[in-house]
Amino acid sequence: MELREIAELLKARVLSSEQMLETEVHNAFCCDMMSDVLAFATNQSVLITGLLNPQVVRTAMMLDMHCIVFIQGKEPTPEIVSLAEANDIVVMVSDESMFRAAGLLYDTGVLNTDEE
Amino acid sequence: MEALHFHFDIDGEDFSSAGEASVAVKKKLRQLGFPSDVIRRCSIAMYEGEINMVIHANGGSADVEVYPDKVVMVLEDHGPGIPNVELAMQEGYSTSTEQIRNMGFGAGMGLPNMKRYTESLEIETKVGVGTKLTMVVRV
Repeated sequence: MELREIAELLKARVLSSEQMLETEVHNAFCCDMMSDVLAFATNQSVLITGLLNPQVVRTAMMLDMHCIVFIQGKEPTPEIVSLAEANDIVVMVSDESMFRAAGLLYDTGVLNTDEE
Repeated sequence: MEALHFHFDIDGEDFSSAGEASVAVKKKLRQLGFPSDVIRRCSIAMYEGEINMVIHANGGSADVEVYPDKVVMVLEDHGPGIPNVELAMQEGYSTSTEQIRNMGFGAGMGLPNMKRYTESLEIETKVGVGTKLTMVVRV
């Protein structure tokens, strides 16, 4: 599934790295605790979170993730957006809840395994 | 072959810049052509260490030595020290404040994650003096 399709599915606004929207991704991870993301995310390419600070972007960078979806319409600060932009990470904002965002992606049958 | 050595001062005042040294190390290792799993393990372990130094010890220093077959990361601070290392190594044990947890850390996964992603983690710590972590990731 392309990141562009994820944005459409979650009715999300894309705030950074639009040139990367054709990136193909296969899996996602939902979490607000970055320590848990670092501990348990394996090959996930999309991070769905309600946490808003620059460490979300750095955590995504450490794990080579391609996209961060901020849920509940939470608006990231310009600092977060520019850090993501500088590192080719797509940031999007969706009004969906974390549960619904995860469910919608899971339902596509694509984003549901640890395998690339 | 002689090791490449990188030194970083970790600013303890600014949580939002925490992780910059780990990002720099990650980029260096990528330029040097290390396998991606090695790069990922080094960057996660160092990032957790960097975050710990910022939230618990008001910063410190990181020295990274890169050999063809291993990466050695030494993180040193002059913070409060760890009174009970065994307890600190347990997943879920944390002395972090609510404020730190609100920032997405302090889940008690820092040291366990460092151990998980490295071949060896050595902790030298003295209460009131500081902590020195030596981590080795083998290629």
